Amino acid sequence: MYIELKMPALSPTMEEGTLARWLVKEGDKVSSGDLLAEIETDKATMEFEAVDEGIVTQILVAEGTDGVKVGAVIAMIQGEDEEAAPSAAAPVQPVPPVVAEKVVPSAQAAEPTAAAPRPQAAAASPAPSQSNDRVKASPLAKRIAVNKGLDLTAVAGTGPNGRIVKADVDALSGEGRSPVAAPASNAGLRAEAPVAKLAAINTDIPHAVVKLSNMRKTIARRLTESKQQVPHIYLTVDVRLDALLKLRGELNASLESRGIKLSVNDMLIKALALTLIQVPACNVSFAGDNMLQYSRADISVAVSVPTGLITPIVTDAANKSLSKISTEVAELAARAKDGKLQPHEYQGGTASISNMGMMGIKQFDAVINPPQAMILAVGAGEKRPYIVDDALAIATVMSVTGSFDHRAIDGADGAMFMKVFKELVENPLGLVA
Amino acid sequence: MSDYDLIVLGSGPGGYVAAIRAAQLGLKVAIVERENLGGICLNWGCIPTKALLRSAEIYHYMQHAGDYGLTAANISADIDAVVKRSRGVAKQLNQGVTHLMKKNKITVHMGDGKLTAPGKLTVTKDGMAEELTAKNIIIATGARARDLPKAKADGKRIWTYRHAMVPTEMPTRLLVIGSGAIGIEFASFYNDMGAKVTVVEMMDRIVPVEDADVSAFLEKALKQQGMDIRTSAGVGSVTPSETSVSVEIKGKDGSVTTEEFSHVIVAIGIVPNVENIGLEDLGIEPDKRFHIKTDPMGRTNVPGIWAIGDVTAPPWLAHKASHEGVIAAEAIAGGHPHAMDPMNIPGCTYCHPQVASVGMTEAKAKEAGFDVKVGNFPFLGNGKAIALGEAEGFIKTVFDAKTGELLGAHMVGAEVTELIQGYTIGKTAELVEADFMHTVFPHPTLSEMMHESVLGAYGKMLHM
Repeated sequence: MYIELKMPALSPTMEEGTLARWLVKEGDKVSSGDLLAEIETDKATMEFEAVDEGIVTQILVAEGTDGVKVGAVIAMIQGEDEEAAPSAAAPVQPVPPVVAEKVVPSAQAAEPTAAAPRPQAAAASPAPSQSNDRVKASPLAKRIAVNKGLDLTAVAGTGPNGRIVKADVDALSGEGRSPVAAPASNAGLRAEAPVAKLAAINTDIPHAVVKLSNMRKTIARRLTESKQQVPHIYLTVDVRLDALLKLRGELNASLESRGIKLSVNDMLIKALALTLIQVPACNVSFAGDNMLQYSRADISVAVSVPTGLITPIVTDAANKSLSKISTEVAELAARAKDGKLQPHEYQGGTASISNMGMMGIKQFDAVINPPQAMILAVGAGEKRPYIVDDALAIATVMSVTGSFDHRAIDGADGAMFMKVFKELVENPLGLVA
Repeated sequence: MSDYDLIVLGSGPGGYVAAIRAAQLGLKVAIVERENLGGICLNWGCIPTKALLRSAEIYHYMQHAGDYGLTAANISADIDAVVKRSRGVAKQLNQGVTHLMKKNKITVHMGDGKLTAPGKLTVTKDGMAEELTAKNIIIATGARARDLPKAKADGKRIWTYRHAMVPTEMPTRLLVIGSGAIGIEFASFYNDMGAKVTVVEMMDRIVPVEDADVSAFLEKALKQQGMDIRTSAGVGSVTPSETSVSVEIKGKDGSVTTEEFSHVIVAIGIVPNVENIGLEDLGIEPDKRFHIKTDPMGRTNVPGIWAIGDVTAPPWLAHKASHEGVIAAEAIAGGHPHAMDPMNIPGCTYCHPQVASVGMTEAKAKEAGFDVKVGNFPFLGNGKAIALGEAEGFIKTVFDAKTGELLGAHMVGAEVTELIQGYTIGKTAELVEADFMHTVFPHPTLSEMMHESVLGAYGKMLHM
């Protein structure tokens, strides 16, 4: 019996992925749980495990192939009941990894771009219809889904044999604004990737063509969506850090034996989470006809990785100790850099924090990560002339800017939020209380 | 211990189909019938009228034999023989239902059924009462003709559909009150059979539930056949004598004339059979027209008691009753059947020319806020229709411009009652205009007009 090995959906939003690398080769015997391949999704590289037992008879999609649709057959496995191939016992030999970044080394001007941009044909048909072709839905349901830009892949049909019918799509477009469905709204309501629409750039300037990673494509799409659809307001405060730095020194001294070293950022994560709980008007998601008011603060922490940026989440940060936050962030960031985060570790979150202080950036405005409604941009803590008790003094001060989704959050609420945050940081015992 | 899993009260096309489906699903089933297995449809409705109309149709063809290069001499109609054939057809089907009950091991109790408590029902026949118990009871008692108090049917001069089906003499001058499906079918039958027929309709057009274009076309066609049609008209006093009926008719302009007819058929709608079956005692809720209220599976407000067919909400059609019977039986057997969408229930009227439709009329669709695309293809543009000598009629389709959903289809002309299921399948499967366009329709058939109508809605008509 031959078993078709299909491209797995490794996250709810995944439509296609890059087959980054095969961990088996033709003729290998695999059993349940063996690692077969590494697959790069829009956010992370994940390992694909075998479910069935048998011999890999044919690899149909070469490694390094991108845009492999979920459900496409990528290899054939011959089941155990067939006669075993003679080399059945051959051990699994990892294939050398391919270069992740396919930079075309055309530094010399004489050599024009070898890798021309991919033909635009794929972008001609809108994404929803492509994905909806694979789902079992009535022609009318598909038509309505295309009209409304709805993705049917996750819809449970109520028609004969689970067919998605008009009523299901109508329910979906109604429910798309309900609290249950909204957190996944970035999966349901999908704008066509704006980057795909841009015309190819013709230029004589010496250049290399760098193929976009799936992560880069996702970043491009999500940030464009955010800036196009979310009206941002920016509120900046200066926060004196001396008390926090002093507390940090004391805490680190006592934590040294446990091998934990708190960063300023760890403390700001906690401060952000506590502020979200104290000012719930800012711990929200805007969802069309209604708003989600979260009662837990999950903080997405922006982590720069070689291929782009990813935001692992510290869940329920308001109720975690600083030491716990510190170890969690360190561990998440390490795995983020290896591209090994699981989808649930970076999808979700109720607000984000981005810190560019270590680069000496004084102040910046961050782009909101929908469906979240706020992000905190943290600048460098620096010694500045500062008025203390009507006298000029020197203090360590940082500028912090909150970006708020103005559809959901009024200016006054945002201002209140920044005030509470400032007070918490300047009186930092609240962070350990 | 109950005697049965299910008792069905009434053996019309709703009841007997429910009983068969429930028996197929392994339930122990009984059916209670006071008169004839098969109910009105099979004994006094759909089937025997179709037999009558077939005679009328052939009679019509014989009279027009010359149109086809044929000669038919000494043509005459023997109403007794026509009725006899119709009764024979009904009898044959009635026996068919008897056989189906036996085959599915459904116990038939003849007599008047009355619910006495949830799960309990008494059957009375010739003064003898028998109590039956069941976990579930389906009420499928159907409906009967609505009376017109000033024109009480006596079976001699003033008829309901039931008398009209077994005439002992041919009407010479017939008045039909009401131009719904039943009224217009009898009007058409007797007109074809040679009677002088007048139709009085209260509304401003005949077959008022159909699309306005269909009403207008049919009125013109029937008038050409010699029928006298009065819309926006009313009936005043109705005075029967031994040999005729004197009727006051109020015309569109308000003028009242008194006219003599040999017979009058009252066809002003139906009333549900909800009396004397114990509904009030059990607290089963009727709607404002006294039909039983149910959920989409047929459940009434009393647990264990279900209702289907004409005794429930409209449309009051045999095929709707049968479908509801299957849904209720499957739900009772623990299944999860799909609810029926009333917009997908086709309706057929067997006048000459025939009328068939499914879904919304153009006016209803616009009223509901749809931006519509409408196609309309005439029989005159269809080769088969011309070859048949049936070049009158049209097929109209109404699409939602936004989604391509077929909102409704409306047909008038020869054999359209056999065509409408094509659109009904498409509507039920939620096909859009592109699917209909991609479908290959065989040539030469009347069905090609269905294709052309869809093409026409999108400005792609080929043969006009």
